[in-house]
Amino acid sequence: MTSSPAIRVRGVVKRYGATEVLTGIDLDAPRGEVTCLLGPSGSGKSTLLRCIAFLEETSDGLIEIDGEPLGFAADPKGGRVRLSRPSIRAVRSNIGMCFQQFNLWPHMTALGNVSEALMTVRKFSRGEAEARAMVELDKVGLAKRASHYPSELSGGQQQRVAIARALALEPKIMLFDEPTSSLDPELTGEVLNVMRRLAETGMTMVVVTHEIGFAASVGSKIVFLDHGKILVEGSPTEVFGKPRHARIDQFLDTYLDRGAAGLL
Amino acid sequence: MTWELFELLLLASTRTIALSGLSIVIGFFLAAGICAGMLSDHAAARHAGRLFVSFFRGTPLLVQLLLIYHLLPRIGIDVPSEVAAVIGMSLCTAAYQAEILRGGFGSVPKGLLEAADMCGIGAFDTFRRIRLPIAVRLTLPALTSELIMIVKASSLVSVVGVIELTRMAQDLAASTFQPLPLYAAAGLVYLVINAAIAFAGWIVERRVARGHA
Repeated sequence: MTSSPAIRVRGVVKRYGATEVLTGIDLDAPRGEVTCLLGPSGSGKSTLLRCIAFLEETSDGLIEIDGEPLGFAADPKGGRVRLSRPSIRAVRSNIGMCFQQFNLWPHMTALGNVSEALMTVRKFSRGEAEARAMVELDKVGLAKRASHYPSELSGGQQQRVAIARALALEPKIMLFDEPTSSLDPELTGEVLNVMRRLAETGMTMVVVTHEIGFAASVGSKIVFLDHGKILVEGSPTEVFGKPRHARIDQFLDTYLDRGAAGLL
Repeated sequence: MTWELFELLLLASTRTIALSGLSIVIGFFLAAGICAGMLSDHAAARHAGRLFVSFFRGTPLLVQLLLIYHLLPRIGIDVPSEVAAVIGMSLCTAAYQAEILRGGFGSVPKGLLEAADMCGIGAFDTFRRIRLPIAVRLTLPALTSELIMIVKASSLVSVVGVIELTRMAQDLAASTFQPLPLYAAAGLVYLVINAAIAFAGWIVERRVARGHA
């Protein structure tokens, strides 16, 4: 195994019309580790994650997954060239993703959601796909809910099914876009536990989150974005420990305020 | 109005049901294809879909039936009246169902498609396995209405020589001089058929409601 990062982002710019949402991002996500993207809303952290997933196309810059260029490659004459669809597809197949809104398909059971791509993409037989899906559902503690429809599951259970759905395809990298932001605190815990266990298996993860506690305890690399650029990055101790960047202080303060407000 | 006359009406109604049922099913698959065309990235497919819908929605079914019935033999295709009727009704309902489905597709949350994309599911499978089933669920009430419309519109196919329920009632009314009871009975049979469709639609809606938040 080479020591190149699982994800390498270089000079990534994302514009919507005249607005620059990402203003030249350089980022390495180390293999087998959890990289957490933090920052206030509008800082561009979700956009960056969506660019890494190729759900959004970057306006400039390059992204490599496992050393392979994603979507665009450097042109020897300068600039970049667009890669073929099959190449994009092949590189993306290494990436699994979970969304804030879970995005389970409402007309399929939990088992159906997890086995669908195994059948249509991997060409497993229904029996094989469902057996595989049950294993994944069991890993997130939901084997007993296999025949339930998303509407019959709690938010936390839905997100765990979504994690199982992504993991069934054996990605090398898992992206999480605010996976617990639409969950109440009790359900947040069960999802974070599943993610913590996944991290322990050595999965490369990039997590956009507001869960500072999770980021500090599970993240090996913290990246703090503000106004479309990386303000601070480093280990949790480097980012959260003292001396702290003033902007991080301010960001953490609002968290502590909110936490305190909850206790009073 | 005797039992024998009513039996003849019932017999004719089986033809109404068969023609409508066949047209609805064929029309649905056509509609799915047309809708895929209208939503596709290819400009030609989009234009073809829109052209189809504007023609078959913009002209009366009666005219379409007459056109098909007279046009097909002209280009060397000899078809029985029933086939011409099914072709006409299928094309017409396909236009309406395509428009209904298009509305449904617009309401499928984008995130569900992004999830399919991230699972590597291709455009065709995403359409077939995710977009279409969800769009159908979202548009069930409108689709049920369209089924009912097509059953009623099937009374027009007598112009191409198919003896269905309405035509049978007309013929019997003319020969027995009992227009009122016969048309009332014909109306009743339509009502029963459509009540059955409405009931079936309600059952299906309730069943799929399970899969929806």
